[in-house]
Amino acid sequence: MLRLPAFELAEPSTLGEALGLLAEHGEEAQLLAGGTDLVPNMKHELFTPRLVISLARLAELRGLRVESDGTLVIGAMTTLDELAHDQRVARRAPALAQAAGLVAGPQLRRMGTLGGNVMLDTRCQWYNQTYFWRSALGFCLKKDGTLCHVVAGGANCVAAASNDSAPALMSLDGVLVFHGPRGRRELAIDALYSSDGIYNKNVRGEILVEVRVPRVPSGHRGAYGKLRERGSIDFPLLGVAARVDLDESGAVGAAALCAVALQARPLRLAKAAQVLVGTRPGTDGFRSALGEAGALAEKQCRPLANIPGDAEYRHAMVPVYVRRTLQAAVDGTGPVHHV
Amino acid sequence: MSARDVHGNQPPWPEGFRVVGRAQPKIDGLAKATGAALYTDDLVLAGMLHAKILRSPHAHARIRGIDARAALALPGVHAVITGKDMPIKYGVIPWTPDENALALDKVRFIGDEVAAVAALDEDTANAALKLIRVDYEPLRAFLEPEDALATPEPQIHEQTPEQKAKEHKGNVSKHVRLEFGDVEAGLAGADVVVSDHYEFHGTTHTPIEPHCALAQYSADGVLTVWSSTQITHYVQKALARVLELPEARVRVIQPFLGGAFGGKSDPFALEFAVAKLAMLTGRPVKCLWTREEVFYAHRGRHPMKMRYTSGARRDGKLTAVDAKILIDGGSYSSFGLVTTYYAGQLLTGPYHFPAYRFDSTRVFTNKPPCGPKRGHGSVQPRFAFEVQLDQLAEELGMDPLELRRRNFQGENVQTVNGQRVTSNGFLACLDAVERASAWKTRHAKLPRGRGLGVAGSMYISGTNYPVYPNPMPQAGVQLKLDRSGLVTVFTGGNDIGQGSNSIARAIVAEELGLEPADVRVVAADTDLCPVDLGAYSSRVTFMVGNALIDACRKLRTKLVTAVAEHWHVHAARVAFGLGAAHDREDAARRLSMREVFQLAEARFDTLGETGAYNTPELGGDYRGGTIGASPAYSFTAHVVEAEVDEETGRITVLNCWIAHDCGRALNPMLVAGQIEGSAYMGIAEALMEDHAVNRFGLHAGPSLLDYRIPTAVDTPELHALIVESLDPEGPYGAKEAGEGPLHPSIPAISNAVFDAVGIRLRHLPFTPAKVLAALREQRDRARGGEVARTARVASEREPC
Repeated sequence: MLRLPAFELAEPSTLGEALGLLAEHGEEAQLLAGGTDLVPNMKHELFTPRLVISLARLAELRGLRVESDGTLVIGAMTTLDELAHDQRVARRAPALAQAAGLVAGPQLRRMGTLGGNVMLDTRCQWYNQTYFWRSALGFCLKKDGTLCHVVAGGANCVAAASNDSAPALMSLDGVLVFHGPRGRRELAIDALYSSDGIYNKNVRGEILVEVRVPRVPSGHRGAYGKLRERGSIDFPLLGVAARVDLDESGAVGAAALCAVALQARPLRLAKAAQVLVGTRPGTDGFRSALGEAGALAEKQCRPLANIPGDAEYRHAMVPVYVRRTLQAAVDGTGPVHHV
Repeated sequence: MSARDVHGNQPPWPEGFRVVGRAQPKIDGLAKATGAALYTDDLVLAGMLHAKILRSPHAHARIRGIDARAALALPGVHAVITGKDMPIKYGVIPWTPDENALALDKVRFIGDEVAAVAALDEDTANAALKLIRVDYEPLRAFLEPEDALATPEPQIHEQTPEQKAKEHKGNVSKHVRLEFGDVEAGLAGADVVVSDHYEFHGTTHTPIEPHCALAQYSADGVLTVWSSTQITHYVQKALARVLELPEARVRVIQPFLGGAFGGKSDPFALEFAVAKLAMLTGRPVKCLWTREEVFYAHRGRHPMKMRYTSGARRDGKLTAVDAKILIDGGSYSSFGLVTTYYAGQLLTGPYHFPAYRFDSTRVFTNKPPCGPKRGHGSVQPRFAFEVQLDQLAEELGMDPLELRRRNFQGENVQTVNGQRVTSNGFLACLDAVERASAWKTRHAKLPRGRGLGVAGSMYISGTNYPVYPNPMPQAGVQLKLDRSGLVTVFTGGNDIGQGSNSIARAIVAEELGLEPADVRVVAADTDLCPVDLGAYSSRVTFMVGNALIDACRKLRTKLVTAVAEHWHVHAARVAFGLGAAHDREDAARRLSMREVFQLAEARFDTLGETGAYNTPELGGDYRGGTIGASPAYSFTAHVVEAEVDEETGRITVLNCWIAHDCGRALNPMLVAGQIEGSAYMGIAEALMEDHAVNRFGLHAGPSLLDYRIPTAVDTPELHALIVESLDPEGPYGAKEAGEGPLHPSIPAISNAVFDAVGIRLRHLPFTPAKVLAALREQRDRARGGEVARTARVASEREPC
């Protein structure tokens, strides 16, 4: 068995205490939510924190509620399994419930949290490996080395965002609440992610406390589509979240498409989504808009050979999963998944 | 072969079977389910040190020097060893000893073992590894077999100048070319000939338990090694050879084992390393491999590139088969000599081949070494040939299941390559899957996107060729009868989860009239148990089973005599069953078996017996003719029902019907488990698994996340159908069930995909991308065909 490198564990019981530890130890500290990603990454010596700060005792990070204005508020430590089975989430944010239900496998969803998934490290076939393995090829740009093995001569890390929850939350205009040394702040989820595969987030030294999903209109339809090899466990080879808000006449009033497992940040496919607006599901116009949306998405998405799996095939699946996920959204038959 | 070895396939007593043929839970099922079973890594000895192994980061390099001083100086480190500490080469096949426990002068793949450290704990040992300095001189690495074949130098295994002068082998590991009958004439006389190329990628075993070994060296010079091995006897011999100890001073014990599938049938570096470190430090030493290390140790299925050409007459009968096979062996020989033969020798059933030729070449490459995996050597050719049979059926416009039926070789025949086939239930297997899958009403009739595919196969139940030739029995057992009513079985047979200890218990309970719970089994301990060669080639039930019957029949005579004398009746009146003896002519007269044992012990002194089995003389009269010669062959037929998503290219196997002729099902529950497990593994290899090496020569993803085996939700309905042909030589007529049922899974999927959407998948694995490419090609061809047809119509018009 791979050994877990030695570390100290702190289990603060207040947010203030946790933020204090984070400020004090900086880069040498690492936050632990469910641990389903951090622990294997530590065994691979991708992270060797001196201090691991467990978020398990922080009451502020727990709970799931609907506020009076219809905003769904999800504590960052809510497990993916809870999220997948909560009727309030299924009703108000179907794409998120479906995405959460397709992360990894059942055991991992009972440990893994929404906060952990939002803040997930990017992944790459040259990076998520043991120390010995990485040393055999002289390491890589993202960790311990200077060369990118995905893009020859590449100076930017292109490790892929691989979190299923990110596109779902983006499609729902999710808002993240962080607490940091300067207090509480809200950040639109689109603004969290950057294109730097080494660390694809614009936030450091803060703790994600809750995720807010604004009220959706009554004609809201959503779905998540996930391409992966197995019916369980695997990270996405492609993830697509679709949102279709039908107006009172039954036509598409607003639409959103977001995708993950392509490059360092989850992508918003705005042009592809826009072509659906004004069409009416069940009509030829809608069907042809689906085809057009698929084609536009295919144009915008350029998967690289970063994560395992044939990049060309992943690319070919973009229009298929865009079409199928949009259709599943309007039909209420999501998620789109092969089992 | 002596009478000792054949006991008939029916019970010699009139009451019939009491235990055999009934579903019985495994002897160790509860221990495993409750966590009570102790696997090698569960064993802890006082003062035990932990070992870790340093591995090569180069695919091919010469070692100029190793400096371990800093590692040795680290507090907590007790010893560091390198290749120089164990320079004697070994190999599981005595003709090809090309392995060193730790690399001596060069490394041959990324992951090759270079040095080992024993320390107080694993973390200290790992820290010490990072302090060992190895000076490497990188050499040209060969990652493709064609490249290695075309490039004689540098040699991955260097020959001496004298050897080269005699025969420069380049990077060829083994070449075999055998021809039986007139292949050219057969092909020339065929009404249809199909010739095509097929490719089998590499796959590995993925046992849930990683390899683990623990060694203790006593003050009086006895080395004991507990190891997760499936070949205790060969490990004992290899340890003695490399460590220069008398075999009698080496004891090897296999504790509970968490799966093997052929991946634990070589001696491995960790066994030598813990033994040597225990001898040097005087402390027990344990080494448990990480999952990554198991992937490097590999010994998995060889990648093969195959050209098959087959001819058939209009009635579907085969006229000749011609095969050319390039085998990627990886960096060491392992069982490769046998693999190279098996790739050709095991194809000559269940169909009659009038003429057959194979030319197979195994080459070394700088990748993890290949070896035997469930269905050793024959799964790859079987895939190619069973797809080719469907291509022949297509050309002939014949139902592929019918084509197979017409080519059935029959029972009690000799194959074209001189193998003796006795019992053969293949036709019954075909009938069973035909019926169960509703083949007649569904094949070629399902809507596009869904299809049925069939395939057949044959496999050995042990082989008459022991790894080291010797005239002694292949399997020996010893029984001890206790006056408490308990029988203890001592067998060298390795229970690797296939259930051989359960079979041993069932046979002894059957023969001696006991409740199964009154039989205990001590297995795979070289100090306590008579030699059995190990769990490979599907030999244990067949050979140990026969040895047990041999021992029991001798004991039974004594027990019957004692009872007959006690009752003053003729021995023919004494019957045994399920814990009691009774008088066949006076049902009221009974004795418990405990009383019987005591009577017999009083009459004959302490009760014990040995039993043995050896194979008959078998095989063709030519070099290599005994390789693949088995006392009995099992037969299998599959029908797979698959669905193809033409947009995503994904194949979903919905149903897999597996009919397997296992001779007699000694325990139908175990047989069904083996059938299901085999089919599962075959389907996994076809659709998901890929033991790929990247452009650096580095395993592409040595973890159970990246090396994908199906989860429960990915596994189709598996329908095990047991066919019993009652073999004349197997124990009660039994044959193997653990490897044969894997073979047809893979070609049956390809054939089902053809039925579903009309594409031929000839290159494994069947990824969605390959399916999409084949569908694209099909569409292009259809369009091209239309253009050609239009052109032809136009030209036909011209003369008018």
